[in-house]
Amino acid sequence: MQIFEYNGSAVVAMVGKNCFAIASDRRLGVQLQTIATDFQRISKIHDHLFIGLSGLATDVQTLYQRLVFRHKLYQLREERDMKPETFASLVSAILYEKRFGPYLCQPVIAGLGDDNKPFICTMDSIGAKELAKDFVVSGTASESLYGACEAMFKPDMEAEELFETISQALLSSVDRDCLSGWGGHVYVVTPDEIKEKILKGRMD
Amino acid sequence: MGDSQYSFSLTTFSPSGKLVQIEHALTAVGSGQTSLGLKASNGVVIATEKKLLSILVDEASVQKIQHLTPNIGTVYSGMGPDFRVLVRKSRKQAEQYLRLYKEPIPVTQLVRETATVMQEFTQSGGVRPFGVSLLVAGYDDKGPQLYQVDPSGSYFSWKASAMGKNVSNAKTFLEKRYTEDMELDDAIHTAILTLKEGFEGEISSKNIEIGKIGADKVFRVLTPAEIDDYLAEVE
Repeated sequence: MQIFEYNGSAVVAMVGKNCFAIASDRRLGVQLQTIATDFQRISKIHDHLFIGLSGLATDVQTLYQRLVFRHKLYQLREERDMKPETFASLVSAILYEKRFGPYLCQPVIAGLGDDNKPFICTMDSIGAKELAKDFVVSGTASESLYGACEAMFKPDMEAEELFETISQALLSSVDRDCLSGWGGHVYVVTPDEIKEKILKGRMD
Repeated sequence: MGDSQYSFSLTTFSPSGKLVQIEHALTAVGSGQTSLGLKASNGVVIATEKKLLSILVDEASVQKIQHLTPNIGTVYSGMGPDFRVLVRKSRKQAEQYLRLYKEPIPVTQLVRETATVMQEFTQSGGVRPFGVSLLVAGYDDKGPQLYQVDPSGSYFSWKASAMGKNVSNAKTFLEKRYTEDMELDDAIHTAILTLKEGFEGEISSKNIEIGKIGADKVFRVLTPAEIDDYLAEVE
């Protein structure tokens, strides 16, 4: 039994023109049994910063709570929001603290940095950062996601087109993975607004 | 902190509500060599007297103005050894912040953490307060900043400030001479003139130290040759 495949998950983030999109599946399972179809894997840190966590669901929730805690303290002390790059470094440090007993999650971080430049990155469960200019993926459906994103991605897409692309990439990939699916949850973030949509895909 | 026999604080309140140890620490600061700082529109300058004990001291080895990070510098009035300890701790805190966030520490955060250390030494067992006041000069995303940190752990942001022996004369002089839209070079001239006000003897590049930071965000201690140039301009 692989621990990273216990709950099943799929998370993807893509860069567009002065915007980004982050999407995840909604299934929470215990191996082959589906427990919930509305599991929240993507969370907002602040208006221009989102984190999606794939992997073991309990660690997803705990890690999210720890990160929100750290960010709230940062906001109070420094009187400003964290930049996405700074947040990514913080997540990496927190994961490495548990190097020999890690959180069993792989985060996907997406945000708008200075001058509204989109930033995405992913890391493994012990904090090895991987920055990308186009897209990042994680979860049990990651191999399918890599293929779908590589095929469908174009640079400098506007928010509408980005939404379509990421949704298609997500749905087609989770259909090939029995442990993830039951719809999708997509956030498209531009400097002015956050658009949140629920996707209906194959409900199995 | 301290021996197990001294797990109580040596800094205790007097009936009038004062912490006498901190008052004495401030006296130690007040009898230290004068130091001052000015915030210009495009940078910050800090300066201090560097009176050495005797002509036999190798003045090149004495450095009163220190870097805390590449873009934050500090100077003190009071006890040199206490300053060394604080500089060491502050540098470590700045580096820890950098390691965690991969971003240089903002000036306010470093000042706050240094002030926290100083406050801890007024409320811990077996230790005494630091006998220094610091002037911290830095330039970050919020622009040029100048902070003073006292032995009690309180900190203030200043446009211009002085500490040490000649504090009241220096502050009066600064109040008259300071303008909001001063540029960095003007501020350096004003700093030198302020130091000159209460200076015993001849002011020269060997008995003062000047540190500055401009929009390039690099804190530098001026070389004696550069100080000589500024002194000549002031004459």
